[in-house]
Amino acid sequence: MSASKIDLQRPVRPPWIDRAIITILGLAAGLAILVTLGIILSLLSETIRFFGKVPITEFLFGLEWSPQTAIRADQVGSDGAFGAIPLINGTLLISAIAMLVATPLGLASAIYLSEYATKSMRSWVKPALEILAGIPTVVYGFFAALTVAPFIRMTGSQLGLEISSESALAAGVVMGIMIVPLISSLSDDVINAVPQSLRDASMGLGATKSETVRHVILPAALPGIAGSLLLAASRAIGETMIVVMAAGLAANLTLNPLKAVTTITAQIVSLLTGDQAFDSAKTLSAFALGLLLFIVTLCLNVAAHLIVRKYREQYD
Amino acid sequence: MIDFTKSAGFNLAARHRAETRFQWMGKGAILLALAFLAWLIVTIAVGGYGATKLVQIAIPVDLSATNIDPNNIAAARFGKIVKLGLRTRFPEVKKRKDKKKLYNLLSTEASFELKRAILADPKLLGGTRKIWFTASDTLSLYVRGKTNVSVPEDQRRISDKEIAWAADMQKNAEIRTVFNWGFFTHGDSREPEIAGILAALIGTALSLAVCFLLSFPLGIAAATYLEQFAPANRLSDIIEVNINNLAAVPSIVFGLLGLSIFLGYFGLPRSSPLVGGMVLSLMTLPTIIIASRASLKSVPPSIKEAALALGATPVQAVFHHVFPVALPGMLTGAIIGMARALGDTAPLLMIGMVAFIVDIPKSILAPATALPVQIFLWSDSPERGFMEKTSAAIVVLLIFLIAMNLIAILLRRKLEQRF
Repeated sequence: MSASKIDLQRPVRPPWIDRAIITILGLAAGLAILVTLGIILSLLSETIRFFGKVPITEFLFGLEWSPQTAIRADQVGSDGAFGAIPLINGTLLISAIAMLVATPLGLASAIYLSEYATKSMRSWVKPALEILAGIPTVVYGFFAALTVAPFIRMTGSQLGLEISSESALAAGVVMGIMIVPLISSLSDDVINAVPQSLRDASMGLGATKSETVRHVILPAALPGIAGSLLLAASRAIGETMIVVMAAGLAANLTLNPLKAVTTITAQIVSLLTGDQAFDSAKTLSAFALGLLLFIVTLCLNVAAHLIVRKYREQYD
Repeated sequence: MIDFTKSAGFNLAARHRAETRFQWMGKGAILLALAFLAWLIVTIAVGGYGATKLVQIAIPVDLSATNIDPNNIAAARFGKIVKLGLRTRFPEVKKRKDKKKLYNLLSTEASFELKRAILADPKLLGGTRKIWFTASDTLSLYVRGKTNVSVPEDQRRISDKEIAWAADMQKNAEIRTVFNWGFFTHGDSREPEIAGILAALIGTALSLAVCFLLSFPLGIAAATYLEQFAPANRLSDIIEVNINNLAAVPSIVFGLLGLSIFLGYFGLPRSSPLVGGMVLSLMTLPTIIIASRASLKSVPPSIKEAALALGATPVQAVFHHVFPVALPGMLTGAIIGMARALGDTAPLLMIGMVAFIVDIPKSILAPATALPVQIFLWSDSPERGFMEKTSAAIVVLLIFLIAMNLIAILLRRKLEQRF
């Protein structure tokens, strides 16, 4: 404690050490921008090099993907084919299956948990569902490849269907289960945010609980639910291990869920693991796929946040 | 909209039936999701149980001076001694092809096991001893009843001759099943009966340590700045939106960043826990920042204001008074972020942590693999023995995950202050 006089008129300037500390903290926060810039720059620079070797139109509109690079210069088909359409198709097909599984399951559980479940039931069902979100995706991949896919194939063959052992269906269903908790917990929050007065008004008019949910609560919560579905879709599109292990690498251009397809993420992994020449079109194409993935998921996330934010303003 | 004048009161029974159906749909969805979880956990636990068992067979080996020079033990040909032991046990086997089958009963590790046993206990030398060796994967699966013997001989890996030998040994109590400690003390191996997870566990521990040391200080620093000091301007807004978006970037993209910048530009060693930890820290950083901000936000402003009123500078008020209250919440966020990093595989594949690593990594610069990557590698192996190993490794991974989440929950319960 200093006993010296304090001039209360003099404006207090924070000591230099404080300013230094705040600057350091600010730099740490700025690192987040640096990471984003790093992602964009690293993906973009390699992608531009890739488009120097393969025309961008072929990448975006080509219908064939077989990125073998020639070992000998005169080899037939030495360029490889870098059309990303089959990969986009496969990614969307598997994500669509996942969403078809996850949307009804996630929404129904969210509605039940927020409108019907007792407090004690909520307190153990919610964490139990969260476990599904916490299981590493490599575990889901193993389960999909070794348990679910054979199960689906067996069931299919009893029904007289020919199902490939690496079907889009197996990967999609398992991925769908994985994103159920994402949808259910986000939708649960949104449904809980619907003002009680809306429920009371509907019940007061004689509607049953389910009629209230279907005709009043769901329409009111729709934007938020749409946001949660977009986030879930972005998760499904970026998911890697399940598709690497269960969906395989066959770049088929098909919408048949019983056939094998491949995805953007699975191809990135297969292109970049193992021996690689760093400058080949094959290696560089992985970065172009990565950039595509980054842009698509970013758009979905931004859209989801915008929708959710806009919706919040209505009731808060 | 419902036409109430039409429907109210008239078909009440139908409306109530609809109500019941609606409730059952919700219950059914939850049950289905939980049933899937149970299916997954039971399948993996049952599958992994087999990996805790190690089948051993006893073989009389001649350790007299003709085979091993007591003064120069290391020079002995242990592999030959073991094979000789097998032939003395089954003297009727004469044909070359059959001998080869006979040797297949044993793991390729047997000669090293003999060497280790003798080096550990030189008193074994000087006579014929019965020593327990690890059985091969094929024999091990047969002994544990995992082989379908009813299929024709050429469609299974174990031949009728091997089955006969095994039966003979079982009669003489020369086959036993013990707990497979090697699973926790060995590195990876091409032979499923030898492969263990220690190298992968150490690799994971090193990567997570790097990840924590980088992301925790940076995360709480960034959160503190954004929550306490950031001026309300465009730049702060951009940073905030940026962090929210980073949290949703697919993890494989961080792997691409690591490959192109950490490996390609900075030239850091490929497959090392250092780079693995750095990539994982990029992924956990947003999680930690978001959790830490929530934790800082929950500290009542009166605490900071009291400190300021007593003459503390803003920095002192935050570090001396707000920080201690918010720390448990920030730590919880960090542990949950680390738990996610523990299970993440894709970015590690990108930076080359998929190599076949037998040795235990000695530093953060040595080539290493990680537990989830090990699971991925084993799940790809055709040998059936590896399927059990994969399940067992998953069980270990899940136990670690549950432990981390429990610690986070307990920490929050214990240290949480309510205002």
